[in-house]
Amino acid sequence: MTSKNKWLSAPYIVWSAVFIIVPLGMILYYGLTDTTGAFTLNNITAIASAGHAKALRVSLLLSLASTLVCFLLAYPLAMILAGVRVKRHNFIILVFILPMWMNFLLRTLAWQTLLEKNGVINHALSFLHLPALKIINTPAAIILGMVYNFLPFMVLPLYNALAKIDINVINAAHDLGANNIYTFVRIILPLSIPGIISGVTMVFIPALTTFVISALLGGGKLLLIGDVIEQEFTRTSNWHLGSGLSMVLMIFILINMVLSAVFDKDGEGSML
Amino acid sequence: MKKHRMTHIRQTITALALLLSAALCGCGSDKGVNGQVIVYNWGEYIDPETLRMFEEETGIEVIYDEFETNESMYPKVESGAVAYDIACPSDYMISRMIQNGMLSEINYDHIPNAKKNIGAQYYEQSRGFDPENKYAIPYCWGTVGILYNKTMVEEPITRWAQLWDEKYADNILMQDSVRDAFMVAEKLNGDSMNTLDTNELEAAKNLLIEQKPLVQAYVVDQVRDKMIGGEAAIGVIYSGEAIYTQKENPDLVYMIPEEGTNVWIDSWVILKNAPNKENAEKFIDFMCREDIALMNFEYITYSTPNVAARELIEDEDIKNSEIAFPDLSQYDNLETYVYLGEDGDYLYNELWKEVKAY
Repeated sequence: MTSKNKWLSAPYIVWSAVFIIVPLGMILYYGLTDTTGAFTLNNITAIASAGHAKALRVSLLLSLASTLVCFLLAYPLAMILAGVRVKRHNFIILVFILPMWMNFLLRTLAWQTLLEKNGVINHALSFLHLPALKIINTPAAIILGMVYNFLPFMVLPLYNALAKIDINVINAAHDLGANNIYTFVRIILPLSIPGIISGVTMVFIPALTTFVISALLGGGKLLLIGDVIEQEFTRTSNWHLGSGLSMVLMIFILINMVLSAVFDKDGEGSML
Repeated sequence: MKKHRMTHIRQTITALALLLSAALCGCGSDKGVNGQVIVYNWGEYIDPETLRMFEEETGIEVIYDEFETNESMYPKVESGAVAYDIACPSDYMISRMIQNGMLSEINYDHIPNAKKNIGAQYYEQSRGFDPENKYAIPYCWGTVGILYNKTMVEEPITRWAQLWDEKYADNILMQDSVRDAFMVAEKLNGDSMNTLDTNELEAAKNLLIEQKPLVQAYVVDQVRDKMIGGEAAIGVIYSGEAIYTQKENPDLVYMIPEEGTNVWIDSWVILKNAPNKENAEKFIDFMCREDIALMNFEYITYSTPNVAARELIEDEDIKNSEIAFPDLSQYDNLETYVYLGEDGDYLYNELWKEVKAY
C-alpha cells in the first residue's frame, strides 16, 4: 500500500475517533464515576440489584429466543436463495431488504396496530369466526417484533456463506455415497458456520439492547435492560448509572464478538 | 493606560458584535426593531398565530424553541448553552428551579394583565410550589383523572380503587411515568402524592405491583389513541386530552376520582440570566391578554387560568364544561406535585423500577 492510499482512510479515522472512541470514553467516564465525579464501581455492581438482574435475565432470554427463531426461519430460506439462479436471486434479496427501507419505528408501530385487541388481525379472525389472538403486550409479541425486525440480518450472512460453498464439494460428497442429510450435517452446516456466527451476532446484539420494541409491543409491562438504560438517560437523568449498565451490556457483546472472531477468522460471513 | 486600552478593545469588540448581530438579524426583515425575546415552551403548546401577532404589535422578534419533558428542559436551561428569557415548566420543576436560584422575580407592575386576567384561585394553587407567587404566572392547568368507555364498564367509574377491580383485567391503561403512577396508588391509600415516608411509599409500591397483572399496558401519549380505538375500558389521562378524545369517541367519559388527584399548572417564568428581561415581561403580558389567551385555549384545548378569556368563549358547552373548568372547590384532596429533591427523585425512580421489573 502506498502512503497516498493510507491518506484515504483519514476521514474514516477521524470519524471513528469522534463518533466511536470519544463516546466510548465518555461512557467509561460516566460509568466509573458518581455525581460528584469521584471514582466508583457502584454503577456497575448495580446490575446485581433485583430489578436490574431480572431485566438482564429477561433480555437475555428474549434475545436468545428470537435469535433461535430467526435462525430456524432464515437457514432454509438462505439455502433456497443460494440454490436459485443468479438472475432471480438478486430480486428475491431485494424483496427481502425492501421493508428495511422503511423506518424501523414505523414498522414496529404497524405491528402494534396489527396485533391490538381491536387490531387488523383480530378483525379478520372474528370475521372468520376464529378465536381472537391475544399476544399484544406479552413476551411473545416482543419476540415477534424482534424476529420481524432482525430477520434480514440473519438471512444475509447465511446466504453469503452458503453461496460460497463450492457445488463440487457437495457433488463429491454425493459421489462418495453420502445421502442428503449426511451431506448437510457433515458438509454444508460446518462450512456455513462463519455465516451462522455472524448472523447470530447481528441478531443477538440489537435484540439484547433494544428498548423500543418492548415499549411498543410489550406495553411497558416487561422491563428489558435496554429500557432501564434508556430511562436512566431520558427520564431519571442518571447518566452515571445508565453508562455503568451499558458497560455491563458491552461485556456480553464482547463475548459474542470474541466468539465470532474465533469461528469466523476470514470474515467470510460478513454482510454482502 | 492599560485599563483604558482594554476598555477600548472591549468597545470595539462590542461594536463589532452589534454590527454582526444586526447584520444577522436584520436580513431583509423589519422584525426585531425592538430586540428579541427567547422563549422555551412545550411542543404544540401555543397558537403560532399569537407569536406572529406579538411580533407585529411590539416589533420584538420571538425566537421560539420547544421541549418534550420537564426533565429534558431543565439541563438545557441550567447549562446556559442558550440564554433563554422565558420558559414554561410545570409546578414541581418550577420549585426545583426556584430552589436552585434559576428564576428571576416577577415585577407585576410590568405585567398588568397577569393580575387582571388570571384567576386568584390559580395563584392560590401555585403557592404549593411558589409560596409567595414571586416567580410563576399560570399559563395552562389541568388535572389527572380517569377516562372510561361507558359501553365497556358495568357501573360508572368514580374511584381510583376501581383500577384494581379484577373485572377490568387487561382493560386498564396506566400512565408510564413515575409520579403519575405513584400518585394514583398514594391517593388510593389516602397519602400525599409528595410523600417521602418509606412506609407509605412501600405500601404504594406494593399496591402497584398488585395491580400489574390487571394492567393492559403502561403508556404515556398512547392512552389517547387506545381509548379512542376502544382498546381498553379505563385509562389514566390528563384532562387536557379529554375534550379531544370525547370529540373522537362520544362513549368516553372523563372524571376526577373521589380519592383526589393531581392538579398541575404550567407557568411562565423569567430566567435569572434572561438577556431581554423587559421584552420577556412584554411577552408574558401579551400572553395574558384575554383575546390571546382565548386563541391559545382554542388551539391547544388545555384549560386556561385566564378568567377573562373564559368569559369570551362563545360555545356555552365548553365555557361551562366540567372537564375544561372543573370547580376545584368541591374537592378537598387535590394536590400539586412539589420537587422532592435529588434523593427523593432517586427513591421514587428505584421503586418504580421495582414495579416495572416485577
